Amino acid sequence: MMVAASEILKPTGQKPAALTIDGLSLEFPTYAGAIKALDDVTIEIGASEIVGLVGESGCGKSVTTMAATRLLPEGRYRVTAGSIRLFGRDPFAMDETELQDVRGKLVSTIFQEPMSALNPTIRIGRQLVGVIQRHEAVSEAEAERTARGILKDMLIAEPERIMRAYPFELSGGMRQRVLIAMAFSCNPGLIIADEPTTALDVTVQAVILRLILDRAKRTGTSVVFISHNIAVVSQLCDRLYVMYAGRIVESGPTRAVLEAPQHPYTQALLRCLPERVEPKAELEAIPGTVPNLLDPPPGCFYRPRCPEANDQCFAKPPSMAPAPDHIVACWRRETIQPSIKASEATQ
Amino acid sequence: MMSVASSTTQSVAAAAGWKSRLHFFWYLTRRSPLTLVGAVIILMVIVMIVAAPLIAPYNPDKLMLSARLQPPSALHWFGTDEVGRDLFSRIIYGSRASCVAAFMIVLISVSIGVVIGCMSAILGGRIDTAIMRLMDVIMALPALVLAMALAAALGPSLVNSMLAVAMVRIPAYVRLARGQTLSLRERVFVKAARTFGASPLYILRWHVLPNAMSPIIVQATLDLGGIVLIAAALSFIGLGAQPPTSEWGALVSTGRNYILDQWWYCTFPGLAILITAMGCNLLGDGIRDMLDPRLGGR
Repeated sequence: MMVAASEILKPTGQKPAALTIDGLSLEFPTYAGAIKALDDVTIEIGASEIVGLVGESGCGKSVTTMAATRLLPEGRYRVTAGSIRLFGRDPFAMDETELQDVRGKLVSTIFQEPMSALNPTIRIGRQLVGVIQRHEAVSEAEAERTARGILKDMLIAEPERIMRAYPFELSGGMRQRVLIAMAFSCNPGLIIADEPTTALDVTVQAVILRLILDRAKRTGTSVVFISHNIAVVSQLCDRLYVMYAGRIVESGPTRAVLEAPQHPYTQALLRCLPERVEPKAELEAIPGTVPNLLDPPPGCFYRPRCPEANDQCFAKPPSMAPAPDHIVACWRRETIQPSIKASEATQ
Repeated sequence: MMSVASSTTQSVAAAAGWKSRLHFFWYLTRRSPLTLVGAVIILMVIVMIVAAPLIAPYNPDKLMLSARLQPPSALHWFGTDEVGRDLFSRIIYGSRASCVAAFMIVLISVSIGVVIGCMSAILGGRIDTAIMRLMDVIMALPALVLAMALAAALGPSLVNSMLAVAMVRIPAYVRLARGQTLSLRERVFVKAARTFGASPLYILRWHVLPNAMSPIIVQATLDLGGIVLIAAALSFIGLGAQPPTSEWGALVSTGRNYILDQWWYCTFPGLAILITAMGCNLLGDGIRDMLDPRLGGR
């Protein structure tokens, strides 16, 4: 029988957080030195929570989630600080077989390229059944029945026909539905949706996102939406994390972050949205480029592009401090409380 | 544009079942008549191997000393040899040794080569380097010379010569399989399979091998012709099939003694080798074009 992942992992009777990342710092050693991909990243994704992770390309969104399931190439990276708890367990303490059991069963990923995320030589049905049988002790027929059911849930009209088809016979939107079905097929506790609609037509984006969201809400699955599009994420998520150059710069309930963004980077991101610009007015861009993570600038990473930077920003990186209804990492916010400042100073 | 067109034809073919798939292959074949020639030759060779007793007019080993070294006639199509055996029958039966040997050689080298290549790519690091350098060493030596040395070291027999040639051909498949595995490993669907908890062996079996197969199949068919030649060459110099086994290379070798006066003795077995090797190459080219629409869309 199918059992929801969250039910197995309930030692204390209450639902543990799906994913807790605490002060994670991670770097990739290269011949030219270590690339500091993540710096003191703290993220918590509660049970049944929908969370957005926003930032531009290369800011560490995907690395963060890949570290959580240990999908980064082994031996090519170093965790320098912090810890990860995936449903209360430490992925770095698991061996390879345990990790394989966790992947797909507890945590599934939806990829950004539906066109290439399915094996071109195997029929859709076979691939779905393969994933189900990997994690559930069910017969072939039962797995097929489950697969058909999930495909139907993905608003696929003729699941039988789709299951007999090869990936090249399907459109991008169809393939993404199949991949979402695959991600949900073993009732995982957490789904990582890594830019699930980036490669799709705008016309099907909304449908695909809805499918993920509805299914997650119904099954109590937590979802991390990774996106560079703050507008898309804002409509779906309960909470939002904004990342910049491997650091979390602002986080909080979606509404609070969007209505009263505190960090200059978040503010700039929101100003860049085409939807918020008057017709015919010039679209805004953030001046400057992201820092080189091989040799990051001292202090706040956003400082070279920040219009508000002053001497304090050079001295040391800001830490997360409360802002109205959420937290932000910026020296220039008046709301930074003295007590936190004091504790910073003693460090 | 080519690939779009061909994927549409493929989807049409896939949708309407085996009958139209047959039609699809027929269409591809008709586009290159040479492939058809190759296919017919190989088909004839296969029929020859399977139905040798039905086709051959005489027992290939039966001596008929009264009819030694007869020229081709209605009675003996390809003439007779120095002890009066019917050459046509010997060539028909010889296909069993020659072609089955060639086929077995390809089978052995493909299966061993693919396993080593995939393992090498997956294990990586020093093991990978060690394996690939060893393969480079084997490839650096001329194939025929190395096969001769190996066959001589193992002792002259058909099985030993098969093993020797297989050994020599392995590196080509190791390199091919390794390259395929390395590039497939970076494909999104392999990464996706990992996020769904697939074990490395499962990924190898279901995601890497099926996608790596088509260049390997092409290489194998193209190799078959060359291997027919090498196997015959080993028998020719006495390292392969031993008398009285009938084998094409061995027939040419004995016929060499009579080449001035009895031209038919080494001509017909030689033609058999030539035609078979050519058929393999033509078919191999055709299969390559079929499996790679970008090349075939001429």
